Order: sequence, then C-alpha cells, then structure tokens
Amino acid sequence: MNYIDSNLKVVGTRPIRPDGVDKVTGRAIYAADTRASGMLWGKILRSPHAHARIVSIDTSKAEKLAGVRAVVTSADFPNIASEEAFVGEGPMNFRDLSANIMARGKALYEGHAVAAVAATTQAIAEDALALIDVKYEVLPHVIDVDEAMADNAPVLHDDMFTSGVTPKPAKASNIAKVVTFKKGDVEAGFKTAEVIVEGTYTTKPVHQAYIEPHACLATYGSDGQITIHSSSQGHFMVRAYTAKLLGMDIANIRCTPAEIGGGFGGKTLVYLEPVAVALSRKTGKSVKMQMTREEVFRGSGPTSGASMDVKIGAKKDGTIVAVNQILKFQAGAFAGSPIGPGCMCGLALYDIEHINVVGYDVVSNRPKVAAYRAPGAPITSFAIESALDELADKLGMDPLTLREKNAARNGSKTHYGVTHSNIGFEQVLAAVKTHPHWKTPVKTGQARGLACGFWFNIGGESSANVHINEDGSVSAATGSPDVGGSRASMGMMVAEVLGISVDKVRTTVADTASIGFTFLTGGSRVTFATGMAVTQAAEKVVDELKKRAAMIWEIQADAVEWRDGKAFPAGSNAGAFEPLDLAAIALKAGRTGGPINAEVSVNAQGAGAGFGAHICDVSVDKETGAVTIERYTAIQDVGKAIHPSYVEGQIQGGAVQGIGWALNEEYIYNDKGQMENPGFLDYRCPVASDIPMIEAVLVEVPNPRHPFGARGVGEVPIVPPMAAIGNAIRRATGVSMPHLPMSPPTILAALSAAGK
Amino acid sequence: MPGLTYTAPTSVDAAVKLLAGSSGLAKVLSGGTDLLVQMRSGRMKPELIVDTKKIPGIMDIREENGGLIVGAATPGAVVEANAAMNKAWPGVVEALDLIGSTQVQGRCSLAGNLCNASPAADSVPALYAAAATAVIVGSKGRREIPVEQVPTGPGRTSLAKDEFILEFKFPPRPAHSGDAYLRFIPRTEMDIAVVGCGISVTLDDKGVCTAARCSLGAVAPTVLLVQAMADALVGHTLDDATLAKLDAAAQAACKPINDKRGTIEYRTKVAGVLARRAAKIAFDRASGKTVKAH
Repeated sequence: MNYIDSNLKVVGTRPIRPDGVDKVTGRAIYAADTRASGMLWGKILRSPHAHARIVSIDTSKAEKLAGVRAVVTSADFPNIASEEAFVGEGPMNFRDLSANIMARGKALYEGHAVAAVAATTQAIAEDALALIDVKYEVLPHVIDVDEAMADNAPVLHDDMFTSGVTPKPAKASNIAKVVTFKKGDVEAGFKTAEVIVEGTYTTKPVHQAYIEPHACLATYGSDGQITIHSSSQGHFMVRAYTAKLLGMDIANIRCTPAEIGGGFGGKTLVYLEPVAVALSRKTGKSVKMQMTREEVFRGSGPTSGASMDVKIGAKKDGTIVAVNQILKFQAGAFAGSPIGPGCMCGLALYDIEHINVVGYDVVSNRPKVAAYRAPGAPITSFAIESALDELADKLGMDPLTLREKNAARNGSKTHYGVTHSNIGFEQVLAAVKTHPHWKTPVKTGQARGLACGFWFNIGGESSANVHINEDGSVSAATGSPDVGGSRASMGMMVAEVLGISVDKVRTTVADTASIGFTFLTGGSRVTFATGMAVTQAAEKVVDELKKRAAMIWEIQADAVEWRDGKAFPAGSNAGAFEPLDLAAIALKAGRTGGPINAEVSVNAQGAGAGFGAHICDVSVDKETGAVTIERYTAIQDVGKAIHPSYVEGQIQGGAVQGIGWALNEEYIYNDKGQMENPGFLDYRCPVASDIPMIEAVLVEVPNPRHPFGARGVGEVPIVPPMAAIGNAIRRATGVSMPHLPMSPPTILAALSAAGK
Repeated sequence: MPGLTYTAPTSVDAAVKLLAGSSGLAKVLSGGTDLLVQMRSGRMKPELIVDTKKIPGIMDIREENGGLIVGAATPGAVVEANAAMNKAWPGVVEALDLIGSTQVQGRCSLAGNLCNASPAADSVPALYAAAATAVIVGSKGRREIPVEQVPTGPGRTSLAKDEFILEFKFPPRPAHSGDAYLRFIPRTEMDIAVVGCGISVTLDDKGVCTAARCSLGAVAPTVLLVQAMADALVGHTLDDATLAKLDAAAQAACKPINDKRGTIEYRTKVAGVLARRAAKIAFDRASGKTVKAH
C-alpha cells in the first residue's frame, strides 16, 4: 500500500526518541560495556613501521609472562584466497580483509596489526605486547597518492597489476585499477565551448571520528558455538566476515548488536571480532577487546584522500557542454577506494552532453580506507562544485543560475548509464532561491558560498517482524542497527499502519539468531528498505487482525474495516458490532488461531536518489587565516521525513563533519610515515563553538517506491560543505582554495602567495 | 613493575621531606591536568606523587602589601572568579580561562602550567608579562625568583628535586595599567596555542607608555620575555608606527619550529599580529576601558 497522499497521523511528527533516556542517563549498553565471567583482555601489537617485511615473530617471552593466556599472529588465521566480499559502501576483498586485521608477511602501514595477546588484565596484556619480538626489515614507504603512482615508488603488493587497462601491465604497481566513464564525445564538446575553466584539487583522508572506539566481547564455546557482542553497522556483516576469516560456518556464530556510538561508514567492516574469537578459541575463555582512540586513528579506516583534475567547458549562456575529470583516490594499504562513486557522483547532478571521467584506485602505506558517509561523493564534488563556482564567475553568472540551467531532471541520462527518475534537484534549487538566507544581502566583511551534492541511496535486503502482544501492545524488531534513529522511524511507520499511538510500539534491533538476514546499515538504506519491510509486516498484521475480528464476529474477513487502531464492520450489511481494538483482539488470539505476528523479508529496489544544496556565509581573518562560519543553511530533498527532528539532525551532523573536513581535519605524517596526530587534540574535528546553528530545510519530493515516500537522507549532507565553504572563502579573499583542509596556515600561505 | 606511591602531606616541611627522600622519579601534583594525562599515555612513570593541595594556603588568593598572592595550586576557575585578580590582572585571568575546558579549569593551576614547562602554556606568557614572582620552597629553605626563571626548556625547570612552588606574588598595580593575553588556535576552544602573546603596560596621563612587559608563547623552546617588544612600546602612544615596530620586534624574537601545529612562517607572522592586537587591548584597559579579549 502507498500512504503518500493519505492523512498521516504519526509519520511526520516528532515523538521523543525511544533510545534517548538510556543514552542520556548512561545506561545504554555500548560495545565496551559488557563483561563475561572469567573473561580475558585482548590487545593488539601494531607495526611501528609504515612498510616493513616481517622477518620473524617470537612470542615465547610474552607467552611466559604470568597472566598471559594466548598470543595469536597471522599463522592462527586461515590463508584466504582472493575473493570479493559483499559490503555496504566500498569494495572489499576477503584476502585483503584477513591481511588487514593481522599482517601477513608485510606490515603495510604504521598501526597495522601484527600480533595479539589475551591476558587476565589489560595491564598484563599491554606488558606482554612489549615482550613480543618482531624482527622487521624496514622498506621504503609512500604516503601521498601522486607519489604512490610514480614509476619509482615503493610497490606495496608485488601481485598488483593494474586492472582496467589493456594490455595488462607487465610490471606491478600501486595502481589497483583504472575506471572510465564516457558520455558523448568530450573532445567535440570542448570544441563548442566558449568558456573553459580548469583546476587541480586535492583532499586529505579524513576519519569518521565516531566517538565510540571499536570494541567487542567474543566467546568461543567448547562446542564450537560462538557469541559476539559488538557495535557495528551490521551484525550480520560481523557474523559473515568473522565466519569467513576464521573458516567457520555462519550458523555457529551469533552476533548481538550493541548500542552504537557512531559509525558513519567506518563500522561496515571488522577489525577486532575475528581476533577476539581466535584468542577465545585458543584460551577457552571469553575475550574482550577495545581500541584506544590512538588505535582507532592508526589502525582503522578513514576515507580516501585524492588528487583530481577538472576541466569544464560551457557556452556563454551557461550551458555546460563538456567535462573532463581525472580522479586519483588513495585506497590505503589495500585496493578498494570509493573511486567508482567518486567518478559518478560529482557530475550526476547535471545534464551534460559530453563527459569523460577517469578514476584511479591507488594503494599507499596508510590504513585501508573504509566507507565514510557518501563514500567518494564529497571528494569529487569538492572539485566539481569549486570549478563550477569559478565558471560562474568567468561567465558573470550567479552560481545558483548556473546550476539551475544545468540541473539534472527526471529523464536526464547520467554518464554512468542511469536515467534519473523521481528526483528533486530542481525543487531543492527552487528552495535555495526563495530561502531568506539566499535572499539576504551578504553582510559587510563576509562572503557567501553555494555548493550542491548528490548521493545514490540504496535499498537491499532487510527483515522485520511485527508482533501483537497479549495485551495489545506491539513489538517490532528489525535486523538494522540503529545509527540514526531507525527505532523511532520504524516504530512510527508501524504505528501509522496499525492506526495506533507510537508509544504503543516498542522497536528493537534483533540479533542474528532472532530475525532474518538484514544487510548492514549503510548507503542511507534503512528508512527506505527496512522501513519497507516493517511497513509490509504491519500491513500483514492488519490483515490478520481483520481476519481475527471477522472470526470473533463470525462474518467474512472482507466485511471488516481497519481504522484508528480498531476493527469496524465495513458497513451496515456487515452487522452491528462494537469496534474491536488491539487489546480486545489480542485477548482472544488463542481462540482465533494463535499469536498475531508477521515477519517480512524484502530486497527493496527503487531507493530514490538524494540531492542537497548548502549555503554558507564566512568571514576570513586575513592576518591569521582563520575562517569563521557565520551562517549555514542546508537544503535537501528528503522524500518524506518520517521523524523530521532526526532528519534535521542527520543534515546538521553531515554539515558539521563537512565543516571539519573543509577547515582542519588531516593526518599529519612524519618522514617515517608515522602519524603524528592520532588524537582529538591535533586531529581537529570542529568543537561546538566552531559551528553556527545549521539550519536544515526539508524539501519533500516523495519517492513513489517507498510506502511513505522516504528516501535516504544521511549521506547527502556531507557532500556539499567543502565546496560551499571553499567557494565562500574564495569570494571573501579573491584567492582560490583548491587544497583541503583550508586550515589557517594554508589560507595565510595562499593569501601571501597571491600578494594579499 | 615498580609501584606508585601517592601522598598528600599537610605541611610544606612534610612535602619537602617526601620529595627529598624519594629515590626514583617524584612528581608534585597540584591539579594533575598535565601529570595524569602524561601518566595515562605512558610518557611519565613516577614512583612518588606528592599532592600539595592539602598544604594550608596553597589554594587561596590574598592581598599583601598592595599586591596579590595566589597559592600555587589554586584552580584556574577560582582565580577567574576572584574580583581582585580580575581588576588588577585581566590578562592573567583570560589566559587561565583559555586552558582546556571548563572541567579542566576546575583543577588546573598556575604552578602546574608553569612547571609543566610547555612553551605553549597559556597562562605563562601572561604571568611573565605580569612580572609575577614564584615563591619556591625546598630543603634549603625558601627563595623567590621571577617566573621567567622557572622554565629552562621544554618540560624542564630550574627547580631542584626537593623544591616546589608555594605561591605567586603579583606586584602592586600602578594607576593606568592594563594587561592582555591572546593566543591563536585553529579552532575556537579545546586546543593548544599555535602562538600566544602576553602584554602588560602602564601609561601616563597622556596615554604614553611608561612601562611594558611583553612575552610570546609557542615560538621558541620556552615562553619568551621579549625586551625589544617592550622597548617598542615604552615612550610611545599606540599609533601605527609603534604597532609596526612592535610587530617587527615580535617577529624578530621568534625562533619557532615546523611541527604539526604550525609552520615557522605562520607562527612568526601571527606572533606579530597577536602582539599588535594584545597591545591594543592592554592599552585600552590601561585607559580604563573594559575590553573582552575572547
């Protein structure tokens, strides 16, 4: 059923979040909050070298330390053949994943795990790490993406022969693959161009900076049955990956999702769980592991940094006729940057006749990248949206008008083959035009930037269960970890379908043994796909409730109508009966066929793409290079906001992470390839006082493929900020800012180079 | 592993005896906002901790002979709430108000900030500019030295193993005096100074500077007391020419390094900028204006 134009009572309101009290009172159980009797503490020894051959590992001294129960190295894990893994938002190979959680033969980045210890206390485990004698042969390393592509660069993997080029290269290199997207004839297109802009842009790897470090508690039972308690964006993913990396059956592992303290894509793969299970198997005890913040920075994935070239050709009237874009993405130590989405997303917003995009996936001696909110899109859009701003200036055109003129519409065919349908980009741009922020003149001493962003959003496999309890209250369960308010939105959709108040529905995240397979929380898929499953389960329950009422009344089921949480006779012909509510029907469930319950599994298709536009006003202290974000407005097509406060929160959070990416966040390496700022003091995420109120404006162009019209909202808002801020800074200073982060020293150096 | 002994003596004598008697690394604890972090990260492994906070008077502020005495372990928040300190030394107060967070300021102390001997310490340039003296106690008795003689290098001080700071003396404040502290950080709070600058001035009736002390933080291995900056101010009103000389003197005094927090060029340039801005605030305050620096 489709509820898009119906009179909604619950969906679209702002009830108090169901997980709020536990979180603000500190009672919520996060990954590090569980204990098991007799448990051991696991700790990981990490490589101090950016690139080194592991000559030998002698664990004998560590094993002899009182309190140490086991030491594992890569020898304790099966050697896995190359095989593509399914994963939410970025490609991953099981062989690489295995080598990433425990180095095999070579340490490929500073912080790469080389051994792990289980001991009776954390202090003993840490002391034991110092007793593990690893002999390294230190190799030359490479950090930067352009340097990693150079002919004389140290090669990380001697079996990496660039794919996507013919003939196959004879020599191994750090370029894992080359991808190409072509539309039209770009050379012919540039011949018709009257104005051309060109630029080279670079971005730095940035960490997801979730506040909760990775942690888990694993128990390998003597019967080979395994339980894992951990926080992730997908406990089914944890189960499958752990099984694969240890050569076990999936059925023997049960994963319980902990409350998650942020993921943003960074918890769509495993680091600790297989190690904890291996230590538990070796010791027969439960093993608890938790990373420090330093380990999170040194050992877990940020998103890619990149180097990009852009050339855009346009007619004098603003029609963009041709775009050439080259993108080189850092993948970290193993192949698999988000180069695909990087090649697609920057230009997906515009209807352009001739496009040529070439992308390179490049390894270097840094932690393997992991997904981060709209992986690849913020990077490519920084380049495209910055270049568009320069184009607007060159054309003497307002930056909004330039975008309106070229905006993708329904029916626009992208350079990667998809034809847009049911998109709301034009509506977003219209909302920019009428918004008070855009219409207010820029204050003296400030300047304004505009940039847009796109993300595909995905659907996929989800399972949900709705159960009417004995008293008529409702339990709903799904397999989706709640990273952004899904317990609230799922409960609201169930309540809407059942016609009851949302406080009668309690939603939980079920473990892997208690609900059908559910793909991980990523790609902004949960409200769409799991929402579809839970809505369908609620509808099945309504059908069943009507049947039960009909049985109680002894009439035909199609003579029963369901509204406002009650069964009514469909008309006077059906008979005169007092309406039956959930409690009345539940009371008689035992006599009308047993429990009232429905579980639905879907493979949801038709996730509507998302578009956003951000406006920001900045001031720049030209003597120190400090940037102040004075005003910020984020406008986005959200399809239908199920719980508008959560949607606004997603948009605000994305914008804030983007502001950090734009202004200060970066990994600082010394000449040995070691990270110098593995903590929040010198890895500078924004603090609250850096950020103005982010005004989130919800544009609702319903997605007809979702029962309530929802489309994904969590990723689009991190796409526009870097260019929006960069464009504002350029307009404030008259100097282009093609390199992130636009930190005070960078800005002052750029001003000084420009003689300002 | 060697054990750790924690003590909290209630007299100067007892504290000094404990420090003198320790065979391993002994650390004086006041607020602990540096020491505990260093211990947790494994950089510092003391055998003995002598907590001074139980020593009478060490967490108090009092007036004496027209000046102010601030106990060495007095939390920053207590100094910030003290009316006399706000009136006489707003620059010192605002420097303390920049350290860490509100929570950290509930513990961190002037003595800790000075003896941690970081060149980037926020309260130290303000203390130097204020011409404060440190009252030091130890086995050989009591001595008083200018605060700028305490740090000798990054993480190093001139204090003997059995010595600690008991209190700071702030001199009486002549009429038409004002001080200010400014720092630059990439964010708006919760950060470490990339450059810091403390300036204290006394003016005559016509606004001409008769005395000045100027200091720079995070541009050399220790906080610097820069006489050339003071020379640029004394005898002048704060006109453009004076500001330009002050800026140049500040830049000339910098001996910074390139590190994760800033480049040599950046630090040098910004030192000049902050000197000009801090001087304006200090002069305004000396002229009786109430100015908020942050």
